[in-house]
Amino acid sequence: MREITVRDAIREAVMEEMQRSPGMIVMGEDIMPGAFGVHAGLGEMFPGRFLETPISEAAIVGTALGAAMTGGPVIAEIMYSDFLAVCMDEIVNQAAKIRYMTGGQARVPLVIRSPIGMTRGVAAQHSQSLEAWFAHIPGLRVAMPSTPADAKGLLKTALRGEDPVLFFEQKLLYGEKGPVPDGADHLVQLGTAHVAREGEDVTVVATGLMVSKALEAAVELQRSGISIEVVDPRTVSPIDFDTIYGSVDKTARLLVITEATLACSVASEIAASVAEHRFNSLDGPVRRLGSPFVPKPSTPTLEKLAYPGTDDILRIVREMVPRRTR
Amino acid sequence: MSNDLPKETLVGFWRDMHRIRAFERSAAYQSTLGKIYGALHSYEGQEACAVGVCAALQAGDYVASTHRGHGHSLAKGARMDRMMAELFGREDGYCRGKGGSLHIADFGCGMLGANGIVGAGYAIAAGAALTAKQSGSGRVAVCFFGDGAVTRGTFHEVMNMASLWKLPLLMVCENNGYAQYVSTTETMVFRSVADLAANYAVPGVHVDGNDIRGVFQATVAAVARARAGEGPTLLELRTERFNGHSSGDPQFYRSKAEVQELRRSRDPILRLEGELAGAGLLDDRDAILAAVEAEVTAAVAFADAAPYPAAEAVTQDVYA
Ligand SMILES: Cc1ncc(C[n+]2csc(CCOP(=O)(O)OP(=O)(O)O)c2C)c(N)n1
Ligand SMILES: [Mg+2]
Repeated sequence: MREITVRDAIREAVMEEMQRSPGMIVMGEDIMPGAFGVHAGLGEMFPGRFLETPISEAAIVGTALGAAMTGGPVIAEIMYSDFLAVCMDEIVNQAAKIRYMTGGQARVPLVIRSPIGMTRGVAAQHSQSLEAWFAHIPGLRVAMPSTPADAKGLLKTALRGEDPVLFFEQKLLYGEKGPVPDGADHLVQLGTAHVAREGEDVTVVATGLMVSKALEAAVELQRSGISIEVVDPRTVSPIDFDTIYGSVDKTARLLVITEATLACSVASEIAASVAEHRFNSLDGPVRRLGSPFVPKPSTPTLEKLAYPGTDDILRIVREMVPRRTR
Repeated sequence: MSNDLPKETLVGFWRDMHRIRAFERSAAYQSTLGKIYGALHSYEGQEACAVGVCAALQAGDYVASTHRGHGHSLAKGARMDRMMAELFGREDGYCRGKGGSLHIADFGCGMLGANGIVGAGYAIAAGAALTAKQSGSGRVAVCFFGDGAVTRGTFHEVMNMASLWKLPLLMVCENNGYAQYVSTTETMVFRSVADLAANYAVPGVHVDGNDIRGVFQATVAAVARARAGEGPTLLELRTERFNGHSSGDPQFYRSKAEVQELRRSRDPILRLEGELAGAGLLDDRDAILAAVEAEVTAAVAFADAAPYPAAEAVTQDVYA
């Protein structure tokens, strides 16, 4: 299979869905070439359909919502997901609830694409992983692809659906390459997890950038005879609990990893659900790993303490697996 | 040359603009050496705005800044060495290395912070102006913002509120024609920011932001009005951004010739220098340049020698 980057996979998804739906538009700040260069080359192909906006996030998401309710699909691109804080009403009180409040009259083919998470030294207002805010709101869907194939397939599905989707792209993943199926109909359903690596001893659930950290740890752990199963939920609303439960039934141990601040995170939700529904399958306490409860510092020496890393995964997994099974 | 202001004032303007430029150039160079971790937004070209405005302020007055904030900090009185240490991510930096360029603040000199969120400064400055008014301290607050930031809704909310409450606030738009990689003529219908002021019953003043005398005098008038309890003023300073939006911006959206022409014809430092030299007022030129150079060199040495914050710092200052 051909290998392309996450950036190119997203560009393909946008291009193919623009071709498929003549009413589709994309709007945002510096939209050409778009945040992290995702739209490079698409402007000429679709004249008048990439709309350059002022720095007006509330109006961007609000008009994208109105356009989605009366047409669409619409992509609203928000340059850094931290800036979603300035358009929360449009997302949380409007887009999320309009279908329900109107007794099912509204359809909302709206995708809010936004880069998320860590990158070098950009400090507290450009590094956050805020997916839990949105996973907490009924009516929203939240996707967090970790591979090019999932980025493409999930985005296409999101654009063909009628629910508002927050689509979070980890910044350090844009340049990562991976196999992506040919053809314009590669779709990945929201709410379907992917087992990124099979294993026996511990189930490790991870999203976004943390999937690659878990896979790195898996290789290292294998050397000492520990086999972990890495499950990537791919969307954090909805969450594919069946796949997670199935894996825990097999391994009897669970570690959930998130790049976000651990408190009240999606990892906490997954851990709680497993504890509640799979208590009898578990051989030990559910473990969680996430960012400490601090804003992101700028200086490199503190920055590395403010995110979970592969070493933390190794340490926790080794604590979880009793010596005799090694 | 009109001898409108005393020689010391004008030479001081020239020196202070130089300090900012020398700092920015040094920071850009240190960044290429890998000493500075995050991105930088250079203030080169806009020096007359920060220096002209802050020269009209008192030490106790407040400033709220933007992502392009180094010039505002230096002009308001921040020390160069602690600023450089902040860019270097060191314990002796103004924010203990936790903020970096994007969040430099020195509350000690009234600098309430650079900001990573465009348009976040309006209301913070208005709040500082509110304290000043309630306490009768006689202080004023200045909010610096870019032309691109005028399309944030908070601009309009704050203009109305500040006018309604007659807050001692200066809204200072540094209109450099760009928001990141886009000309703001493509994202705004209004051609004048200052003209918006009339809608809020506030004076709006157009100033050439690269003419430091004009900036200074317009600010003096606005400060007097604010201190007299007459409320806010909106100043629009037309200026130029000599570099890309941030370090690493290849500037595909404008030609090299355009930038060269700006540097040739619109340099606020050269402009004042020409006038001062013409009037024979710049006899100390070399000594001043050497002093600025020495200050920058010392700032880099200070930053280089400063320790990184200890690991415990990561959890400190989340709460009081
Ligand atoms: C709310 C918000 N939206 C978008 C951005 C990204 N951004 C940072 S600076 C900038 C351009 C700002 O332009 P302007 O206000 O004119 O200031 P200048 O850079 O020209 O000094 C943008 C869009 C941001 N930081 N915050
Ligand atoms: Mg600008």
